[in-house]
Amino acid sequence: MAQTGKPSVRHPSLKVNKLGLTQRDYEGSMSTLCAGCGHDSITASLVQAFFELEIEPHKVAKLSGIGCSSKTPAYFLKEAHGFNSVHGRMPSIATGANAANRGMTYIGVSGDGDSLSIGLGQLCHAIRRNVDMLYIIENNGVYGLTKGQFSASADVGTKAKKGEENRMGPIDPVALALSLGASFVGKGFSGDKQQLVPLIKAGLSHKGFALLDVISPCVTFNDHQGSTKSYQYTRDHVQEVVETDFVPVLHEITAEQASGDVTSVAMHDGSVVKFRPVAEGYDPTDRDGAYSHIATRQAAGEVATGLLYIEKGSQDVHSFENTVEESLVDLDFEELCPGNQILQELQKQWR
Amino acid sequence: MDRISRSRINDLVIKIATVNGTGSASANAFLMQAIFRMGIPVSGKNVFPSNIQGLPTWYEIRANKDGHVGRSARVDLMVAMNPKTYSRDIKEVLPGGAVLYDSSWPLAKELMREDVEFFGVPLSQMCIANFRGSRQQILMKNVSYVGVLAALLDINPDILCTIFEEKFGAKPKLVELNNTSVKLGHDFALENFQCPLQSHFEIMDGNKDSVIMTGNMAAGLGCVYAGATVGAWYPITPSTSLMDAFRSFCEKLRKDPETKKNRFCVIQAEDELAAIGIVLGASWMGARSFTPTSGPGISLMGEFIGLAYYAEIPAVLFDIQRTGPSTGMPTRTQQGDILTTAYASHGDTKHIALFPADPGECFHFAVTAFDLAERFQTPVFVVSDLDVGMNDWVCDSLEWDDNFVPDRGKVLSAEDLEDLDEFYRYLDVDGDGITYRSLPGVHPKGSYFTRGSGHDKYGRYTEDGALYEEVVDRIREKVDSAATHVPKAEIIEKEGAQLGVVTIGGCRGAVLEAVEELSNDGFPVDYLRVRGFPFGPEVEEFLLSHEHNIVVEQNRDAQLMKLLTLETNIDKKRLESILDNRGSPLSAGIVVSGVKDLVDLFLTTTNRN
Repeated sequence: MAQTGKPSVRHPSLKVNKLGLTQRDYEGSMSTLCAGCGHDSITASLVQAFFELEIEPHKVAKLSGIGCSSKTPAYFLKEAHGFNSVHGRMPSIATGANAANRGMTYIGVSGDGDSLSIGLGQLCHAIRRNVDMLYIIENNGVYGLTKGQFSASADVGTKAKKGEENRMGPIDPVALALSLGASFVGKGFSGDKQQLVPLIKAGLSHKGFALLDVISPCVTFNDHQGSTKSYQYTRDHVQEVVETDFVPVLHEITAEQASGDVTSVAMHDGSVVKFRPVAEGYDPTDRDGAYSHIATRQAAGEVATGLLYIEKGSQDVHSFENTVEESLVDLDFEELCPGNQILQELQKQWR
Repeated sequence: MDRISRSRINDLVIKIATVNGTGSASANAFLMQAIFRMGIPVSGKNVFPSNIQGLPTWYEIRANKDGHVGRSARVDLMVAMNPKTYSRDIKEVLPGGAVLYDSSWPLAKELMREDVEFFGVPLSQMCIANFRGSRQQILMKNVSYVGVLAALLDINPDILCTIFEEKFGAKPKLVELNNTSVKLGHDFALENFQCPLQSHFEIMDGNKDSVIMTGNMAAGLGCVYAGATVGAWYPITPSTSLMDAFRSFCEKLRKDPETKKNRFCVIQAEDELAAIGIVLGASWMGARSFTPTSGPGISLMGEFIGLAYYAEIPAVLFDIQRTGPSTGMPTRTQQGDILTTAYASHGDTKHIALFPADPGECFHFAVTAFDLAERFQTPVFVVSDLDVGMNDWVCDSLEWDDNFVPDRGKVLSAEDLEDLDEFYRYLDVDGDGITYRSLPGVHPKGSYFTRGSGHDKYGRYTEDGALYEEVVDRIREKVDSAATHVPKAEIIEKEGAQLGVVTIGGCRGAVLEAVEELSNDGFPVDYLRVRGFPFGPEVEEFLLSHEHNIVVEQNRDAQLMKLLTLETNIDKKRLESILDNRGSPLSAGIVVSGVKDLVDLFLTTTNRN
């Protein structure tokens, strides 16, 4: 069960961050997912990323919809506030929460069923508003909790466990996000933590909506021969197009890291995202180029990964809405209620 | 010759038939405002199509010195400006009444009536001669018929002039244009007709502390005064003007004085599902947040409403009812969501609801709704309707108590949490069914998992039936305990009354008028208007103290009556219904005749026993 506690014994040699917290302090309760589930690896990457970013856990809001992926916010950051909402509707909860309290760090964890079918509309509109959050799609191509139906991200020709072949084309969250004007799009693989952790950190530091589509194999329903979302298939077809490093605020960029064909993008909080193209000529600040490159790779049966697109100077929903810098929840009632004198003044026009 | 019946002074119903999209709405509003400024109680009801331009629309003004300004089915004076509806409009006029029409074109002979006075004014020709451009000619035609009416009914054009100056002060040309139009109509009437008519207006002192408002405007203002900061919505008639009002009041009243940035956030959602999601997200963070919608929106919000109920998240929902089911008649009124809102969402749920009767209550109930939502940590519905929300009502001017402190409910501060050994979100510490809430980001000890899945009183996921039941039983008691916190029912007792008349929402005006009339006719009845749900004890007491109760409401299936049988101990046999379900605001006549018929029925039944 999700509430199963973990032993609180601490190894004395555990590293401590500037808040005096160890990586263990960023963990949650014991996972109830299947052994070997890709989602658990993503959870581990999240724990590491939050620990390294030295974010106060209770200043994080972790949200999800419904499905296996949506269970995972229980498995990291036990001191963060969690919201396990309804199927496909997590983006709206995050939008409202962020509107009211912009001082929190928002992370949403969703799946391909939650995001690309029932919740496709809300995902699109969260992208359109550029809600300041990291949104992870733990993408395995199937519905797990209801026993292995294809999801909308299933590739043409992929086979279900019982042999049924999927014939409809997939909805690709990366292509979708790029075409909707998303300000940050990344793709990872649950099995590649080294790539995933910097992507998560960059996404958390990005001002606006950071979409991270992570291939996360379902060991029970979609890890067999013939599946295009299995560990084996993904390992065989992954093509990292850009290598990403994340440099937190106030950390110096070392000469070695800054060398050669490395490009840096400054984030709004002063941190820096650096990337080095692996695919020749790939420029993650060029939306059209990114789109075309990814489409070409996809046609060749490959899975392009890395920080695929990042918009410089991204503006989030609070810029569009012109809201005050402080969080709305921090305003005093006196600042919100105009009082009787103004009410009387106002009513003169209605006489 | 003046044949407007029985020489009514300050007791007239004027119906204006126009084509929508021609700008008649503002002219009609000027007319109503002028009558209001003469001190005569008045109301304006807009009967409009679900369309942007070109279809018939009507505006009904009822002025009544005794303050009865509910809709009246009678028409004393028809302003027939739409040839397409001439036939039905002219038929509707009471014998002895009058018709004002545009005589630029002749009126077909078969439309003429012997028992009605016709006033032909060549409005179109006059406007073509005096104004340039077709748009201006069309717009000013409306203001010209107001000028004619001013002469016929003895409204001083200076009152209109003042209204124009206030409205268009910054644009002197517009003021002049409108004055010219009034004068055109006014002069023509003075020259050609015997003015004023025998039935006309006289200055009185009936509106001293009153204002003209719509319910949606007042509710939007109420949200500002309640301290709401996040509003989310999806456009839907007839609720749209509520969010428009909130936004425009906020633009005036909620800017940071230095940065000019907004101390509010209004999000136009992609649909109603997202709108309520945004509200819940914001409320979860501790903001006062709301969504205005109508029946179709409530249907779409159903799943999230259940989550809010079960996870105990405050939310305020305004349901401006329109005729259902389905798309129904979107621009007509109904009270068809009483049962839907009471038990919205799947599983066992029950919700707090408030039923405002007029704009004044819309304002105050909006504030109450936020207090109740936070105190009881649950969704609260303000169930209004198109008539209350969109029509022009004269009501007491609003007062605000500057000592008002919002009831934020049981919210733990950082200090409170620091002092606690352990925080459990759903643990009933005080034994009143209401548990303590923590807000995200305040303190590490306050963190918990908000979820719609089964949870125990410690907030932990559970599939244990007994632990699940413990929580939902407490929530039931919690919501039931709101019965003594919602606004008390309005009760008016008449001497010698044996019969109870029960009603709800915007039916108030018509029912009170009917109660007066019945009393004058020797049928005294006691009156109760439900203002909140769960019903307070006074509702059951009233019902039980009358052998027969008649429930007056605007829907097909007697939803209020059904809710009363479900939620009180009244015997179903002691309840009868008067139902009005044609989409127009209720008129007193329906209630008077309905009550009389039922009284006859009761007498027959009693005699037979």
